[in-house]
Amino acid sequence: MITIDGRGDRKAILQARGLDKRYRRGNEDIHVLQGLNLDVDSGDFVAFMGPSGSGKTTLLNLLGGIDVPSAGSITVAGEQTTRLSARELTRWRARHVGFVFQMYNLIPVLTAFQNVELPLLLTSLSKSERRKRVEVALDLVGLGERMKHYPRQLSGGQEQRVGIARAIVADPTFLLCDEPTGDLDRKSADEVMDLLERLVHEQHKTVLMVTHDPLVAERAHAVLHIDKGVLVEARKEQQVVGAAQ
Amino acid sequence: MKFRHLVLGNLFRKKIRTALTIASFTVALFLFCALAIVQLAFQPTGINVQGADRLLVVNKVSVIIPMPVSYQARMARIPGVRGVTYATWFGGVYQDDQNSFAQYAVDTATWRPLFPEFNVAEDQWKAFVEDREAAFVGEQTAKRFNWKIGDRIPLKGTTYSGVWEFNIRGIYTGKSPEDDTSVFWMHWDLLNERIEDKNQKNLVGWYTVALNNPEDADRVIKAIDSEFANSGWETKSATEKAFASSFAQQLGNVKLMVLSIGAVVFFTLLLVTGNTIAIAVRERLRELAILKAIGYSDGFVLSLVVFESMTVAVIGSLVGLGLAELMVLHGDPTGGSLPYFYLSRGAAVTAIGLSLVTGVIASIVPAISAMRLKIVEALRRA
Repeated sequence: MITIDGRGDRKAILQARGLDKRYRRGNEDIHVLQGLNLDVDSGDFVAFMGPSGSGKTTLLNLLGGIDVPSAGSITVAGEQTTRLSARELTRWRARHVGFVFQMYNLIPVLTAFQNVELPLLLTSLSKSERRKRVEVALDLVGLGERMKHYPRQLSGGQEQRVGIARAIVADPTFLLCDEPTGDLDRKSADEVMDLLERLVHEQHKTVLMVTHDPLVAERAHAVLHIDKGVLVEARKEQQVVGAAQ
Repeated sequence: MKFRHLVLGNLFRKKIRTALTIASFTVALFLFCALAIVQLAFQPTGINVQGADRLLVVNKVSVIIPMPVSYQARMARIPGVRGVTYATWFGGVYQDDQNSFAQYAVDTATWRPLFPEFNVAEDQWKAFVEDREAAFVGEQTAKRFNWKIGDRIPLKGTTYSGVWEFNIRGIYTGKSPEDDTSVFWMHWDLLNERIEDKNQKNLVGWYTVALNNPEDADRVIKAIDSEFANSGWETKSATEKAFASSFAQQLGNVKLMVLSIGAVVFFTLLLVTGNTIAIAVRERLRELAILKAIGYSDGFVLSLVVFESMTVAVIGSLVGLGLAELMVLHGDPTGGSLPYFYLSRGAAVTAIGLSLVTGVIASIVPAISAMRLKIVEALRRA
């Protein structure tokens, strides 16, 4: 169940309450998010849509703990991340969040294997355990044969799949995908979306995705629209409580 | 080291830039080592800095004015003195005026026990003592002129005119690289015998006095100088160490010069490396932000940048040190006129230490800026 009225189930894996984000740019005060509420259950696949500058990516950044809200709170799996120190937040990200970026953001000097291994280097796993996990993740995204390839030797779609493998390899609580298909052609975009769907349905991952593409958004359980920092509407097969239809 | 791929990958990202930065460290370290070698070579010839257990006694007026040989017995009677020997500067050249090196006319009866830092074979020393025209040559000079035991060597006197011929009866080596093996020893008796001017006979250039206890140095120095005060040849005594230091100051402060040049070299290296690392960090702000986003700490990012810089410094330094050692192995480029030609362990350690410190300082500003990087801003900007 996804709710945006601030009265969601306490069992939700992710809860945002009264999220506010303001920036100061020169003399201008920019109010990006305005008292936003959100509850997402484990295994949900949510797409955020909206015009540029509406606050979609800012919301994702706040949920992922790479930015801090001006006001409000975020609770993930019972832990209020907005109360964590910068150091604690870093450790929390390593455990709970898998990021997938529009530009893939792989390290160009590392192979696909080494890129996917990066989050595991922060764990106490042995070398052989890390290898096993990386191989599983790369097999899952269909790139088991290309683990020794460098990003420059992969297509855009393959790079993004490596990015997804990197995001899931440490088994995070949820995935945050910022325009995961924004730089891909339709065929590659479909492949990436097939993969994300499989992760949700077969691996029971929770995915929150920002996109401009309605066809991509169609794949999510629920689509939330953000305009001027407020969640204003929603639609899709899953009922979103509190949203104007 | 599980992060080695990350470090090595970043180092080899721009191979030419990394190679040039490594080369900067190599050149700087090689230059520093070369200067250190030169500085060692400029240490006063023939004066082994043993510390305070040996004294040098010279004429108070000037080191080039001799003193009577009779002083030896009077010094030997002073309490605390273990032995006294003497020598005179001969000042000859071999074949060509450019082939100059130190030659001492020594007292064969007392010389050897006072210089335990040299390896002198018993049979060779015996042959040297028994032959008045004999010479005992340091390994460095023997190698320089390809002399062997049994060779008869002509030297053209500059201070004492004429051609003097000597039989090489022995070749000594030093027990450590600091020991000067460039000196040619001959019999003082022979020199004294052949001097025709009666006023120049029975005179010696300097005395070396060995002490029973180094702590007696001040007292014995005073005793010797008092002994000969108001005589025709007043003395000036000092420990070898003090004498060497004062001699070095007369030559000019080579050490200061070496340190000054070394400081300029490393400061320039600091600027060059700092700039290179700053560019390298700026080029991968997005990657550093990604690392932080997926859970790498600020401290890790700082350490990564510093470690990369130190890796470059270590590789460059080791290559530079290797080149300096090769230069030493290849031998004195002047053909042997430098009495010492080696790289001391202290200089090598100092050079490596300076390189590492330069590597750390050069990277610290870019590393701190990488550490403070805001993930969201970096992702938006890059």
